[in-house]
Amino acid sequence: MVKTQLLVVGGGPAGLAAADTAASLGIQVLLVDEGRSLGGQLVKQTHKFFGSGEHHAGVRGIDIPQLLLKEGQDKITFKLNTTVIGCYQDRVLTALTGEDEYFKISPQAAIFATGASEKFLAFPGNDLPGVYGAGAVQTLMNQYGVLPGNRVLMVGAGNIGIIVSYQLLQAGVQVAAVVEAAPQIGGYLVHASKLARAGVPILTRHTILAARGKEAVESAVIARLDDNWQVVPGSQQELEVDVVCLAVGLSPVVDLLRQAGCRTRYVPELGGDVPVRDSLLRTSQEWIYVAGDVAGVEEASAAMVEGRLAGAAAAKQLGADVAAADEIIARSQASLKALRGGPVGEKIRSGIAKLEGGIANA
Amino acid sequence: MLKTTGVAQKEDWQAKLPPEERRKAGPYVVYECYQKIPCNPCEKSCPFKAVTIGEDINNIPRVDYDLCNGCGVCIARCPGLAIFVVDETYAPGYGKVLIPWEYLPVPEKGSEVTAVGRDGKDVCRAEVVEVRTARNQDRTVVIGLKVPVDLVNEVRGIKLGGEDNGR
Repeated sequence: MVKTQLLVVGGGPAGLAAADTAASLGIQVLLVDEGRSLGGQLVKQTHKFFGSGEHHAGVRGIDIPQLLLKEGQDKITFKLNTTVIGCYQDRVLTALTGEDEYFKISPQAAIFATGASEKFLAFPGNDLPGVYGAGAVQTLMNQYGVLPGNRVLMVGAGNIGIIVSYQLLQAGVQVAAVVEAAPQIGGYLVHASKLARAGVPILTRHTILAARGKEAVESAVIARLDDNWQVVPGSQQELEVDVVCLAVGLSPVVDLLRQAGCRTRYVPELGGDVPVRDSLLRTSQEWIYVAGDVAGVEEASAAMVEGRLAGAAAAKQLGADVAAADEIIARSQASLKALRGGPVGEKIRSGIAKLEGGIANA
Repeated sequence: MLKTTGVAQKEDWQAKLPPEERRKAGPYVVYECYQKIPCNPCEKSCPFKAVTIGEDINNIPRVDYDLCNGCGVCIARCPGLAIFVVDETYAPGYGKVLIPWEYLPVPEKGSEVTAVGRDGKDVCRAEVVEVRTARNQDRTVVIGLKVPVDLVNEVRGIKLGGEDNGR
């Protein structure tokens, strides 16, 4: 049995920030991540980030992991290539390193920063080789230097769809079009304008009807949608592409939290089932905190701040200096408020309002 | 249109230009930032404090054109690549546009490229008259294009993959 004061599950932007913050407050931290390197999705984000200086705005995502670990590194034990596979209400977790090192962890508190998984889309041909999730395209291309194909249809004009389209162009891959079923572009318009300048058409109110091909994707059929999201007859067109990339949203990865008995609630604004938590990111299990996309899907900048918030709150619960923890908590809450304060944060604000009441109401 | 295609329309970008007399006085910055998103690196980047976002980082940047001298330091600091510098006084009949560029290869100074508009369509041929690659630009190159002066606010990019585009 491995004992630790604080266990952080996941070494992406939220988990790294959480571990660093708790460690800087004197807490002994064990951080486990299933990857072979730290950073989670950051290692694929070659673009410069938005936000403010405190969110590492203007820095490329790939360069952020090293900035997140600044103070408490010597108090953190990192265990990579390790997947937490069970979480029990008696505060014991089970984990697997590689394929054969199986062990138990007994923490006094835990922060789950397990992120989110990609949603899929139902259409004929979606099982053909050449149909990818946007995360897979980024992994292949930005992490391993392998191009997914020559010509891509991107499905989804949220930030992920338009940023990955831009990265494809940078890698020398053609983007035939970006289709988006909603009437407006969901991602930041400045990102969309980059694609427009590169001559990539963004087709709102359009969807994919099918991917076609014998052994792999050879073309994709798209069509226009009317006000009721129904296909406009006769609007079908076939695009010659060898890749269909799906960027149609993310769902929080809450399985372990459910197993641990944390209450969840379906909040579409936050990506699906999310753990009910309070303003300190503590779940209905008082030893478990959440941070990042698992707590509700939003930008990586918010994930980092949530990590700091959860890290400070957990450290306070574990006996760290109250004034120092409170200072970080207040700063992080103000920072989240600023990030979510504008029109693009409205959906997140309404989603979180539904959640934070959850514990009191239950 | 901007919200459905990503292409800013004339009425959108015209509202971002400084007054006529400032335009004739020398280089000026154009912030093609139309949406309230949480972002403010431009504000800190300006050595002349000409750009203001303020307390709420969702505010759209405001430019004081009495303070802005069109130096272009902010161009590579914008994660949205939404900042351009325009000089309508560059040479008789010609203006210069500074654009951010994050593709390879980087066009060479002195070469000719096809300049494109906000919609990616060809606008004109243009000479590359400047290539800035300072370390603090963090791999965002800033390229100066010499274009006919009446097209300085139409040109916003370089055609991708053109075989004669300075490559």
